[in-house]
Amino acid sequence: MSDVYVMGIDMIKFGRFPDRTVPQLGATAALLALDDAGLTIQDMQALYCGNLGQASAMVGQRILQEIGQTGIGVVNCANACATGATAFREAWMSIKAGVNDVVLAVGVEQMGKGLLGGGGGATGIPKEGLLGSGTMPAVFAEAGMEHSRNYGTTFEQFAKVSVKNHHHSTLNPKAMYQIETPLETVMNAEMISYPNTKLMCSVNVDGAAAAVLVSEKKAKELGMARAVRVKASILTSDPYSDRDLVMPDVNAVTRRAAKEAYEMAGVGPDDISLVELHDCFATAEILHYENLGLCKDGEAGRMIDDGEVALGGSIPVNVSGGLLSKGHPLGATGIANIYEVSTHLRGEADKRQVEGARFGMTHVIGLGSACGIHILEKVA
Amino acid sequence: MSEQAKVQGPLPVVPWLKGAGTNDPYLEGQKCVCGAIFLGERNNCSSCGARDQLTPTRLSNKGKLYVYSIVHRSFPGIEVPYVSAIVDLEGGGTVKGNLINIDPDPDKIAFDMDVDVVFDDALGRKDKDGNSYISYFFQPAV
Repeated sequence: MSDVYVMGIDMIKFGRFPDRTVPQLGATAALLALDDAGLTIQDMQALYCGNLGQASAMVGQRILQEIGQTGIGVVNCANACATGATAFREAWMSIKAGVNDVVLAVGVEQMGKGLLGGGGGATGIPKEGLLGSGTMPAVFAEAGMEHSRNYGTTFEQFAKVSVKNHHHSTLNPKAMYQIETPLETVMNAEMISYPNTKLMCSVNVDGAAAAVLVSEKKAKELGMARAVRVKASILTSDPYSDRDLVMPDVNAVTRRAAKEAYEMAGVGPDDISLVELHDCFATAEILHYENLGLCKDGEAGRMIDDGEVALGGSIPVNVSGGLLSKGHPLGATGIANIYEVSTHLRGEADKRQVEGARFGMTHVIGLGSACGIHILEKVA
Repeated sequence: MSEQAKVQGPLPVVPWLKGAGTNDPYLEGQKCVCGAIFLGERNNCSSCGARDQLTPTRLSNKGKLYVYSIVHRSFPGIEVPYVSAIVDLEGGGTVKGNLINIDPDPDKIAFDMDVDVVFDDALGRKDKDGNSYISYFFQPAV
């Protein structure tokens, strides 16, 4: 089977664009990625499109209606917050299968403001605030509190994740925010669901990201100078665990994916230079240091205290600013993460560059649950 | 269609709350031969894959607090703060609900604290037909 390479990849600056349509946002990112690859829509053999909010509305085809109706096959996919990674992986798989040599993957989302989750059933009475909370800040607060009960992780340690990621995004012009948030600012922000304050919740933004994936044959033809090799692409669903149907288990689904990804790539956590992981809430990031094998179980609190996961540390995490500060347009996030890691592997990340980056990992979780992990390798 | 909706009640907040309107309400689990316990009727087990091997089992009204969050912002019309709690019941089964009759303060809430499952009106909430509901809650064990 051919290796698969990212030949072009880009994202729009995340923000709020109420005057643009979802296909327009996706089209903008698609053209940026095509330009980055030095290719055109006429060169693409298929399009894999990830979007959640308009999952039944043929977003991929409508993107082609914006940039070129070439008649290629289009797959529209939705997989909660793993949507973008799933679209990328379907594109990867079509090349692995030998069906295609050059394909486009797009992730795009337009978001409203406000709380996600907790809708409840259509019949009877509203369950929110009666049978606990189904809001995302509360669900991920409870997941974080499991770490607190096991290891004594503190509110302050969770808050430090937001301090770090907001700091990182001051170096990323494509992030939603470029604002420093000192620890006391994070901890004193409006409490949404203890221990997640408002600054510890990801930002709902509009965004799009796109990638051109090619086979080895095509990559050699086009030139390898800026190519990024996809060393592993893994997708898992939540394995059974005792509380999973009451309290979504974001740990088991990630651990399984991480194990498979390291095996597929033939590398271990010590080989990874940077990680973009799913910090939908500050509490979640702490869990994933351990789930991804960046440290031993119980050491995540120490990692954030010691700065090991900050830019300049031994394993920088979310140097883009992460979902907390770059923003989290659900369907776009999985490809935007791959853009970030690819940019470092190409040595093009400017002020936030992780020096000497050779392997990078991306991780997303779609609650319900799906986990997508990619390991990428510098080529030239 | 009748002229006016027939008001019933109280109805159970979830189908697995049994005995609503009696003096002996309880939560019911579905227990598989492998030991897994689910809430709500189902045909198959998602732990071991067994088919038609689940039997109804009365869940305990005693348990321990596993984890919680204190919710300060919710959807419009939902009164805050409240404590969203995950409770492991004695003898098996995990249930999510509101932890009541406790200060919504992390210093007052302890992991593994003993809680009782209690049943009461569903905070005055009624459905569009005017039916009232009985719900379950957790409170510190007495």
